[in-house]
Amino acid sequence: MDWYPLWNSLRIALISCAAVFFLGIFAAYYIAKLPRGVKGILDVVLTLPMVLPPTVVGYFLLLLFGAKRPVGLFFQEHFGVKLVMTWYSAIFASIVVAFPLMYRTARGAFESFDETLAWSAQTLGLSNTWIFWHVRMPFCRQGILAGTVLAFARALGEYGATSMIAGYTPGKTATIATTVYQLWRTNDEAGALRWVLVDIAISAVVLLAVNLLERRQKAGDRR
Amino acid sequence: MSLEVEIEKKWEDFTLCARFAASNTATAILGASGCGKSMTLRCIAGIVRPDRGRIVLDGRVLFDSEQGINLPPQQRGVGLLFQNYALFPGMTVEQNILCGLKHEKDPVLRRARCTEMLRAMRLEDVARHRPAALSGGQQQRTALARILVSQPRILMLDEPFSALDSYLREEVEGEVGRLLSSFPGTALLVTHNRDEAYRLCHDMMIMDGGQVLRAGVTKEVFADPQSVTAARLTGCKNILSCIPVDEHTVHLTGWQTDLHLARPVPADCTAVGVRAHDLAPCRPETANALPVRVVSTSENPFDWNMICTAPDGSDRLWWKVSKTTLTAVCPKAPACLCAAPESLMPLHGLAGRPSAKG
Repeated sequence: MDWYPLWNSLRIALISCAAVFFLGIFAAYYIAKLPRGVKGILDVVLTLPMVLPPTVVGYFLLLLFGAKRPVGLFFQEHFGVKLVMTWYSAIFASIVVAFPLMYRTARGAFESFDETLAWSAQTLGLSNTWIFWHVRMPFCRQGILAGTVLAFARALGEYGATSMIAGYTPGKTATIATTVYQLWRTNDEAGALRWVLVDIAISAVVLLAVNLLERRQKAGDRR
Repeated sequence: MSLEVEIEKKWEDFTLCARFAASNTATAILGASGCGKSMTLRCIAGIVRPDRGRIVLDGRVLFDSEQGINLPPQQRGVGLLFQNYALFPGMTVEQNILCGLKHEKDPVLRRARCTEMLRAMRLEDVARHRPAALSGGQQQRTALARILVSQPRILMLDEPFSALDSYLREEVEGEVGRLLSSFPGTALLVTHNRDEAYRLCHDMMIMDGGQVLRAGVTKEVFADPQSVTAARLTGCKNILSCIPVDEHTVHLTGWQTDLHLARPVPADCTAVGVRAHDLAPCRPETANALPVRVVSTSENPFDWNMICTAPDGSDRLWWKVSKTTLTAVCPKAPACLCAAPESLMPLHGLAGRPSAKG
């Protein structure tokens, strides 16, 4: 059995999850501070990819990153890099689709943050950066952890936009999701089932790990 | 060593316009909730930026809208104790206190000062516990310890006892009282409890509707609150509308009789304040005697309360009689009550019901 789709899916999910972690947190942090009107508009724009069909996301990505499209052309000419139909193309798709999950859960967590904690830290002379990483983030870690896991799971399961921007090339752009479809389409039902089981196993392990982590942290708080 | 504040801040439909100075003693800020007292502390701490004005602490300008000075909270050297203590939930007591010691670069010294403070605040046994596992009193001591190790120039306590059960309050109040009197700089205590203000602070000011109504030595403010609102906030139960007659006499509109006051009566005097404890039964011919009818009586552990009215039922008087023992019997309903001229307080301002903003 060729394990390439597993390896490819994992690296795509991990890289896009890491990117979404920072993007989502910083977007949530700064947008939570904005006036209500602007916040409402940005909220809609940033959450859209969550509700749009992934093919629509793929369409927009191709519109920007395609070989003859503005961004794609720019990268081709200046760096000699192709943005579509490569393994890392799927990262763009995963980031866009997973971002709203991280952003929304992180924002909910930040909004429930008790500002007096930050204020008292400021009067103690602690820098705002220190406060962010040592007070705000730990306080909001439940939400942030949940957002990260959701983002990772979503990135791992990304199919629609990925199939449009990265396509399916065995050994190159194949991911678990695209492989399952491809094998099913070519009547290799047993092969498809193998990958389905692999996917379920990974997802179950991730969710289980998070549950354990949360339980341990809660126990730690009570001590 | 002192604090000078002169600030203005609009907040929705509320305007804070605070102007006061506090010397190197414990000063209470007394006011009902929503009067702007917490906002004032936040302005001094640099958490809230005033629209206009100036804040000077020990000769150092913290904020000056004209000169464009607005030091961040980190550089102000203020210690602010929040109502909920604002302890970092994920850190132990020790880690919380170490947060106040970040300015101390030498790790050995930092550790030593933390240990010293843990001992001084009797927190050694819970040093490795998280805030959620502490009692209310321990939480407050942790928050105070964290502030004190940072060596602030000013100590500001925002309703420090409001989160405590009443039985804990007295015990903790003693500790905070000692802390306030030993603190070398200016200390502000925000409270809505007049007894706390009286017991803990040498100086005080009364805030209402975003303004400082009255400031001075606590005992003098209680003896002569000057305005109706300030009198109410210091716990004066009886505020009787009146018309000034001469320098030491007013005419009560409810009883249609004259009262003699020891204090000079200002021309804008609209009411006389009489504390419920200052009334005493008397003969009808005594000076300042007010004929009364008792409407209701209630018993407290340590005093009797009697609500009386003028014979025609118009104005009310609240009389409190201290009990010498728990079993003391209810005093006989008096025909007349009077107050010594020294205990009558001439007041200005509206004598009606207290304003919604308090």
